[in-house]
Formats: sequence, C-alpha cells, structure tokens
Amino acid sequence: MKQFFEGSHAVAQIVRLCSPGVISAYPITPQTHIVEDLAQMVADGKLDAQCVNVESEHSAASVVLGSEACGVRSYTATSSQGLLYMAEVIFNIAGMRLPIVLTCANRAISAPINIWNDQQDSISLRDAGWIQLYAENNQETVDLHLMAYRLAEDKSIMLPAMVCMDGFILTHGMEALDMPEQALVDKFLPAYKPLYKLDTADPLTMGALAGPDYYLETRFAIQDTFKDVLGLLPKISEEFRGVFGRDYKDCLVEEYFTKDAERVIVAMGSVCGTIKEVVDELRKKGKKVGLLKVISYRPFPYARICEALKNVSKVAVLDKSVSLGAYPPLATDIKAAFCGKKKAPKIISSFVAGLGGRDITLESIRDIFRKLTVREVNGEFIDLKPELLKEKYED
Amino acid sequence: MKTNPLFKPGHTACAGCGQAIAARLVIEAAGPNTIIANSTGCLEVFTTAYPETAWAVPWIHSLFENSAAVASGIEAALKYQGKKDTTNVIAQGGDGGTADIGLQALSGMFERGHDILYVCYDNEAYMNTGVQRSGLTPFDTNTTTSPAGSTSMGNPRPKKPLPEIAAAHGIPYVATASAAYFQDLQRKVKKALSIKGPKYIQVHVPCPLGWRHETNLTLEVARLAVDTGLYPLVEYESGVLSGRRQIAPKPVEEYLKVQARFKHLLKSPDEIKKIQEIADNNIKKYGLKVEAAPQT
Repeated sequence: MKQFFEGSHAVAQIVRLCSPGVISAYPITPQTHIVEDLAQMVADGKLDAQCVNVESEHSAASVVLGSEACGVRSYTATSSQGLLYMAEVIFNIAGMRLPIVLTCANRAISAPINIWNDQQDSISLRDAGWIQLYAENNQETVDLHLMAYRLAEDKSIMLPAMVCMDGFILTHGMEALDMPEQALVDKFLPAYKPLYKLDTADPLTMGALAGPDYYLETRFAIQDTFKDVLGLLPKISEEFRGVFGRDYKDCLVEEYFTKDAERVIVAMGSVCGTIKEVVDELRKKGKKVGLLKVISYRPFPYARICEALKNVSKVAVLDKSVSLGAYPPLATDIKAAFCGKKKAPKIISSFVAGLGGRDITLESIRDIFRKLTVREVNGEFIDLKPELLKEKYED
Repeated sequence: MKTNPLFKPGHTACAGCGQAIAARLVIEAAGPNTIIANSTGCLEVFTTAYPETAWAVPWIHSLFENSAAVASGIEAALKYQGKKDTTNVIAQGGDGGTADIGLQALSGMFERGHDILYVCYDNEAYMNTGVQRSGLTPFDTNTTTSPAGSTSMGNPRPKKPLPEIAAAHGIPYVATASAAYFQDLQRKVKKALSIKGPKYIQVHVPCPLGWRHETNLTLEVARLAVDTGLYPLVEYESGVLSGRRQIAPKPVEEYLKVQARFKHLLKSPDEIKKIQEIADNNIKKYGLKVEAAPQT
C-alpha cells in the first residue's frame, strides 16, 4: 500500500526498518529531517539504537567507525560541507572495510555558501572506496538504502555505501511510495554478522600501520572487490524484486528508451525524472531519444554502459557537478568507457547544469537534446545568465 | 614480569621511551576487559606495524584527532550490546593528538558523558614527526618549530592547561600522572575506571629523542619534573581539586640541565628565573610544598 512521505521521513523509516544499533550525525541542511526523525523514533522507543549527538561531522563519522568496528550495524547522514569535513574519516572507513551506510543529501559546496542541490559533495569523494548509489526518486531512495546495507555487509564485499539523494528535491519532496514491511526487510537483510570485531573475548588489532610492503595490496583489494560489487548488485536487485516486487533490473544503470535511440542523455539522480518527461514528449513527436540513468557511480559499470550506448550515435552527459579545470566527472568516466572501443557513439558531448540549485527545467533538457549536433562540446554550462558574467576588472 | 602481558615486548619504541613505560602501566592497571582507541602517533606506530602488534587487548587506530570520537562509538556499541558494564573503554593519544588537533573530539566526548577514560601521554611536542612544538610544549623549549636562536629563547608560550580545561567540563575525574611514579599512575587508572562517566588522565612521559637526555635517565627526568613543581601531580573530582602529590621542591635548573632541549637557557639566569616562577606558581596554586615536620 502506497503512503505519502516526505523523502527524509521515508529515509528515516527505512533506516529504522534496517535496525541499526548506533546512529550518529551532526545537523546540516538539508539532511536534518532524517536524523530528527530517527532521534524521535529512539525517544519514543520505536527504535532500539544508541543516538550519539556529536560536535561535528568528523566525529559523527568517527563514532560510526568505532561502533561498526565493534560489530554493530551503524548509520550516519550528512551533506555538503559536512561530507567534506568527514572526508578524512570517509577514506579511513573504506580502508578499514567497515560496511557503514551513509545518506548524502546532495548539496552544493561553499564558497559561495549555498544550501541548494547539486552533486559536487559526493562526487568529490568518488575515489574514497565507498559504493555510491544515486536515487532518482524517493521510492528508489528507500529501496537503495535496503540494498546498500545488504550489499555493503556481504562477506565478499565489506565496503561502506553512500546513498545519494538530491537535497530538497528528494529530501523535502513529497511522494507516494511503498514502505517495506519489517518482516520482509528482516528476510531480505539478515542481522549483521561481522567477519572481525573489537571484542575482549577475542582481541585483535585494527587500523595497523602498513608500510610499503603491505599498503599497495590493501588498495588493490578494494579495487578488486569493486568488481565483485558489479557482479553482486544485480543479484541482490533480483532478490529484491522477488521479495518486494519492484524491479531495478541490474541496479547498475536504468535504460529508458535507449534501444533504438539516436540521441541519449546520461545523468544521475532526480534530474532523470525530468529527462524522462522530455524523452516521452520527444518520442511522441517521433524523435529517437532516450536516457541512460547511472545508479551505481562507484563502482562505475563501464561494460554495462558500453553495452547500453554502443549503438547510440550521439550521447550527452549531464553533470550536476564540475571538476574545475577539467571535463565534468561523469562525462570523463563515460568517455573513458569508450576509449579504444570500436563500437562507440560518434559524439559524446558534456554539459554542466543545476549547480547550486539552479532549476534544470524541461526546456534545459530540450536544449541539451538540441545541442546534440555534429559538433561535440565539452563541459558546456547550461542556463548560464550572461548578464551576471559581464563584470570586468580594469586596471 | 607477567607471563602474559597485555602490552607485549618486542615493539619498536626508542630506548628509554617514557610513553612505552606509561602505556604498559596503564593497560596492565586496566586489565584484559578493555578496548583501546588509539590516536595516530608514536604509540600507534611503534606498537602496530603490520603484521605485528604489541597489544593483547582489542585495539583500534583510526586517525590522529578522532580517538575520543571512535571511543565514543565503541562505548555506544557496547551499550547497545549490553556489554558496557563489563568492558572498559580507553581512548589514548599524545599531547598533539589530544590538546591540539583532537581537542574538539575530546571536549565532545566529555560533554556527552561517555563512560570512557582518555589517557594523554604528554611528551610535550610532536615527537612522531620530529619534535615540533605542540600546545603542551613548555615555555622556552627548543623544538624544531620553536627553535632557540639569536632572537628566540624557544617556545614563547606556556603549556595549555589541559587538565583544568578537562576539569572545567565538570567530568567526574581528572588527574595528572608521571611515568616515574608507577603506583600513583596505576592507582589513578584504577580509580578512574571505577567511576562511571568521562575521565581524563594526562601522563608526563619523557622522550629521550625529543628532550635530548640520556636514555637511562628517563625516570629520573620524569621524577625531576614532578619534584621541581613543573609537572604537578593533581586530581580533580567533578571539577574540584581533590588531591595533589606534595614535594620538597628542587630548583628547576636540576630538571633543565639534564635535557638539551633547555641547554640554551643555562647561560640565561633571567630565563631560568621565569621558569622557576612557573614552578613556584604551581607549588602555590596546588599547595604542593610539604610542610616541615613538626618539632617533637
């Protein structure tokens, strides 16, 4: 039965259903509703968890690192500056192979300070060793949390996972969705049984110093495990469909009218909903357009993406992020996927849009499809206001 | 020597390392039902270079500044598991990891009331990176980033009063201790662990490499710091001074002259006078001086 939820409340509900024993977070807009809800659930006796109200995001990540190391399923959520402040611990958690799940309410990065949505925050931590899954809507946000815990805690994986949901657009957006039942969640996500934990009955040392003789292999091991993630996530998604009835296919990407498409936009997150609407509109007019939604950004499903786009002649990559001084991040990965491939799109153009919460409208998307001509563009900013760029400094 | 020590020999600490002595005393006093969260620093490096470890208790190292927060997570997990009442949690680090970069996490741990003992091994500079000045480096100390020179007498600031800062949080127990006073240190650890809530112990641990004293003088140097009044051994309970180790004060010069980090001061009576004033203030402030025995 579908119920009406604000995105943040839905996240809090699914986190409760996943039964974490320790929750630690520090307030930051637009993540706050999630952790407020969880605190209330604990206060009301509806969730048996320890809530640790820390003095910073650095400590929030450190607290869940410590609790997860004790073998207790742990949860945190943050956004923007908070995620950047956690950055050091984020890398550390992955290096220590602790399968924490974190919700990132995607938000722009300061300066200038801006609380609205883009994806610069999580994208900036793409190399940290975390699984990163991007949600299009709040049903997907809910379901990805469940799959994230299942995936992260699998004994063959043991890596942390970040579920990325666009700030405000999803966190504060209302949506009718199916909230899984506890019995089914318990069936899908069994109690966490860690491989190793801090336990006085069986002492062990965690976080040892690894010199040149050992460090390289620790990084190789994570890189190697990401290949296993690409294999396991589709299986988990299939099992998810069996239990809950919703079908995310391989859950690495979603193909929307790509099969016969001549022009396809590649994107991540909530903007995919807007793109689908434009695809529907243009399809009615007989235009062969489509969308490739990337759900799993890390690991990046190169082979799956090549398979989906190899017969498409023109591809536009839409980044809600920017790598200042280089091509946009998602575009760079898409281009790399086709490097040296015989069957590849003729054009891979890239566009930056929506930074700092600038609306990406239906017209913005139409504009991108229109710009997919014979000329390839790299990192073109969509919806720039030229009047704001006129200012010049004179000596 | 115990046959099954919790802090095992064979680690790679320098000869005469005061921190190794104190860390062993702390964990032996705490016992096997203890989980340690350790900051980055000498202690972490010389005890846990993979694939070896000196620790026979569960031990975790994450980062430099977050051992208080990692320990907070461990404590929360133990509460969730129903094991907190039978398990001690110790967070530990050096003076830089505690008083400087880790102060925020430490204050958070105190303020939230976690049942954790934090032990700061105070060797008065960033020794692991090559003797740079920290917030706990004493006045006039020659370090690599507060060097003595023609216009400098070394570190221009006194030690940050971290025990007082800890006590000001109103936590149930704060103490200072010294690697030279074994029983005193172990008594304080046991006392701290018998009290529920956040506890802070700051242990003075000589570093022969950074302080530049003979490696066989570690305990002597530590003892002189206490006996001159430069490192008062005190206890606070719930923010109130409740205990002090009394001394028959020795002149600070006796402490300074055995360490080359203070060598530049020995020809400057004015500077030695300033340091004597620090000791005298401590003696007065904490009532450290032993009263003369009454005539019989």
